[in-house]
Order: sequence, then structure tokens, then C-alpha cells
Amino acid sequence: MNIKRLNWPLWTGFLLTLAAFLSYFFIFVLFPFTRDFPWANLVLFVIAGVLLFMGLRRGFASDRPHPTRSKIVSSIVSVLSLAVIAMFVFVIFVGGRSLPASKGAPQVGQRVPEFSLPDTTGKTVSLNELLTTPINGKAPKGVLLVFYRGYW
Amino acid sequence: MSKFNEAGIRPVAISTDTSEDSRKLAQSQGYTFPILSDHSADVIRRYDLAHKGAGINGEDIARPAEFLIDSTQTAVWINLTENYWIRATPEQVLDVAKLLK
Repeated sequence: MNIKRLNWPLWTGFLLTLAAFLSYFFIFVLFPFTRDFPWANLVLFVIAGVLLFMGLRRGFASDRPHPTRSKIVSSIVSVLSLAVIAMFVFVIFVGGRSLPASKGAPQVGQRVPEFSLPDTTGKTVSLNELLTTPINGKAPKGVLLVFYRGYW
Repeated sequence: MSKFNEAGIRPVAISTDTSEDSRKLAQSQGYTFPILSDHSADVIRRYDLAHKGAGINGEDIARPAEFLIDSTQTAVWINLTENYWIRATPEQVLDVAKLLK
């Protein structure tokens, strides 16, 4: 393939789409600023979209060496990229909301249920112990319980 | 972590991961706070925080949730996110922690 003939906006747009998708889960999710609303990824998607549009126009231009192949390839790559963008929006804005209502969870002002669970060494620890074992020699003011999905 | 220590707050993480998996996690990330294993999700259910069938093998796991508990075991601040990509920040919690006696 002649390098001058390579539809670089199309392929750059496609690679940028993939990068914008993956970068959220590997990089931007680590920082609350870019995690709570994925603006950094949306900016990347917009740039990718512009490149893809340029690539699509180029693919449908009349001076392509293989006009039919060029049209098919640029169409497929653009549709794939759109699918990746749609999947990202779905995962973040729809998938993330599929959580139970938890109406029976303890509320502010309520006493929370006591429990005992094993720690990383297998030793059983109770909530009462967590609330009374000193931190740096002083009685704790409180405990922050963080429930999380885990890594299975 | 040192900011939580200064504030007198002990962070405690709870999930359905096994003690062994949590130990590896703590080791790789350098976590020093307690990580508790609720493998059967009993405590998670008692707190009504089970996300049914959301585990990788269809088991129940915890939905993300944070509770700040005072020394009388009373909840003083709660965060039940509606979207699991949106979580409480340590700064938010430390702000509330200032109000604790």
C-alpha cells in the first residue's frame, strides 16, 4: 500500500476511539476529577469523531485507487468506531446506574448493625473492636465503612 | 491514610472477596487499613447493600456504599451512589469527620 494513499484520518480516528474507550478504565477512573464525569474521554471521542468524518469523506472521494474497497473499509471502520462510542456511553451512563435501591440500608442517625468478619489474616474482627481499638494511642472518633464491589 | 489517622477515623473496606484475595490486594497497593471479607455477603445483606447476581459468577456482591459511624455505632454520614462510576472522595469524608467529637 502506498503510504500517501493511506487513509490516515480514518485509522487515526479509529485508534483514538479505542484509546478513548480504554483510557477511562485504565487511567481516568483513578482520579475522581476525570472519573465522576468522563469529560476527558468525551473530548477524545469528539476529536476521534472529527478524524473519522474526514476519513469517511476521503474514503468516498473519487480519486481513490480502489474506490469500492475504500468505501467499504471506511464505512466499516466508522460504524465500528461509533459502536465503541455507544458502548462507552452505555457502560458509564446506563450500566453504572444498574444498582439496587437499598431502601433498608442504615440511615443517618440510626445505629448500624453489629458484625464480625475475617480480616486479611483470617482473624475475626468485630465492628465494636474497630470502634474501640486505639489509632495512634487515641480512641477512634469513628469508623468509615466502605462497601465495594470487589475484584472477584 | 495519615489524614484519616489524624482525624481519628478508621477506614474499613468490606467486600465479598476472600481474605486471601484482599491480602494480595492490600499487599500490591500498600493498603494498611483493615479489609474484611464477607464472602457469603451476610453482612452486606444485613445492611441491604446486596447487588443480586452482579458478581462474575452470578453471586451477590456489595453495591458501592460508604458509612461514617461515630463511637456510639451511629451512622453520621452516608453515601449510596446511584452510579457506580461516581464515588465519594476522601476529602468529602474528612470534611464530615471534623464534626465528630
